[in-house]
Amino acid sequence: MADSGIQARFCCHFGAFTLDVDLDLPGNGLTALFGHSGCGKTTLLRCMAGLQSADGTMCVNGDEWQNKSVSRPVHQRPLAYVFQETSLFPHLSVKRNLMYGYQRIPRSDRQISFDQASQWLGLSRLLDRMPDKLSGGERQRVAIARALLTSPRLLLMDEPLSALDQTSKQEILPYLEALRDKLAIPILYVSHSTAEVARLADHIVMMDKGKVVAEGPLQQIMARTDQPFGLEEDAGVILDACISERDDRWHLCRADFEGGHLWIRADEGLAVGQSIRLQVLARDISLARSEQTDQSIQNLLPATVDEVVSDVSPGTSMVRLLAGQTPFLSRLTTRAVHTLAIAPGQQLWMQVKSVAIVD
Amino acid sequence: MDIYWEPVWLTLKLAGFTTAVLLVVGTPVAWWLARSKHWVRQPVAAIIALPLVLPPTVLGFYLLVLMGPKGMVGQLTQELGLGLLPFTFEGLVIASVIYSLPFTVQPLQNAFGSINQQLLEVASTLRASPRDRFFSIVLPLARPGFLTAGVLTFAHTIGEFGVVLMIGGNIPGETKVLSVAIYDHVESLEYAQAHWLAAGMVAFSFVVLVVLYSLNGRLQPGLVK
Repeated sequence: MADSGIQARFCCHFGAFTLDVDLDLPGNGLTALFGHSGCGKTTLLRCMAGLQSADGTMCVNGDEWQNKSVSRPVHQRPLAYVFQETSLFPHLSVKRNLMYGYQRIPRSDRQISFDQASQWLGLSRLLDRMPDKLSGGERQRVAIARALLTSPRLLLMDEPLSALDQTSKQEILPYLEALRDKLAIPILYVSHSTAEVARLADHIVMMDKGKVVAEGPLQQIMARTDQPFGLEEDAGVILDACISERDDRWHLCRADFEGGHLWIRADEGLAVGQSIRLQVLARDISLARSEQTDQSIQNLLPATVDEVVSDVSPGTSMVRLLAGQTPFLSRLTTRAVHTLAIAPGQQLWMQVKSVAIVD
Repeated sequence: MDIYWEPVWLTLKLAGFTTAVLLVVGTPVAWWLARSKHWVRQPVAAIIALPLVLPPTVLGFYLLVLMGPKGMVGQLTQELGLGLLPFTFEGLVIASVIYSLPFTVQPLQNAFGSINQQLLEVASTLRASPRDRFFSIVLPLARPGFLTAGVLTFAHTIGEFGVVLMIGGNIPGETKVLSVAIYDHVESLEYAQAHWLAAGMVAFSFVVLVVLYSLNGRLQPGLVK
């Protein structure tokens, strides 16, 4: 048994539905369980938590929660669970909701203090309110803080944003990003939203009909030409980059990544040294045999062709390239691929028309 | 004046004991009925509801037979050295508990059934054991149900007559409760005394129901700061 990471193996039947997974997930960072509704991602999360009794094994960073003979009940697993529906105890104030789990763990296990959690999620002004006097976004922030206050070894989140309107989503996302970066514990995050996953995930597990269809670091999954992520028109890669320079004259920032750099618009709040997550869509990259400086596109990156395949829609092809170790995707017409005779191993220049900051 | 107050006191004592016993006994039964999916749930629910539809004399008759010298319960109590239960206050409490069972169980069952199951799952992920969940989540959220059950059981016990007559008879200070006393007065054409007690019952019942309805309006969950 490995002593780090999360091992989750479940094989069980629920009526006509079969869940059959065998996962070995990283013991830190945010792992997204992604798939269409009904693919079994929530069931998997419930099995991991023990909310759904199922045959299988579950081990978190060396701590065995469930094996063939023993299954710890939910309240004896050091986890926290954030539900899709806001689920605050209606008879308790925000403060007493937050204290509910906090009081039930041994003092020596408390690694997140009450003040820390309420500050991280911006709750200090809400502590005396009753749950029915909170907005949807506020309720979910309380639920997240309440979960964190049990100082869990694993944080499970079941579509925590899906019941919220767009404004509340935008309100909570920054908190989730901050948590992912601050907490030293693994987070498993169920979602069917590509935008949320692209923004939050480090690692991704794609599910379909109770089975895992693809799994790996987000960047690699996003850069696969077979596009298991199913973005189609919006296919593109995700890069983790770091701001290394700010050019106030042209209002641009230089974002370095492994294998090159990109110039992006210097939005407010971008500072040198900051880590950001960028998305480059396949349709925004064109390819040239030589460095074209007599045109308007400024982000020109040398790269090596790794793979060329026909794309989903007729007449288009997807080209996968590597700039250093960092993969990119470019969508071209098949005629362009033919005319330029693009083939694996070839050195080309990528012309990046547009870069989006997703985080 | 002693004659007047004795039945009143006895009635309140009976109702108090019955309510206390039923809240303790009825809570687990109601919890099981609200949560279980077992097929015996329906027959059990029907048995508990039987006192609602049966004439009290039928119930009283069978209890009398059961607890009598030749009944199963009667033989057991005799062997245990407890004597016979009919025509004693204890016998009356047992009969009242059975007679008022649905008035405790049904409001509690409704209250438990309306609690969002997910709240209990949430509590379990926050390290609460099943027992802890019951006391910290279920009991506070079911508070209006407990109030309704308690008041209804108390009031219903005060109003019972048929069962008392069958099982308790008419022993002053032991089993002669209000309703029996009124019957007694009317039989002996003492209408003035009957009026005092009867009017008292009407006023009492009215006050109890008003208090119940207004408390239920205010006692919704969401008051604990």
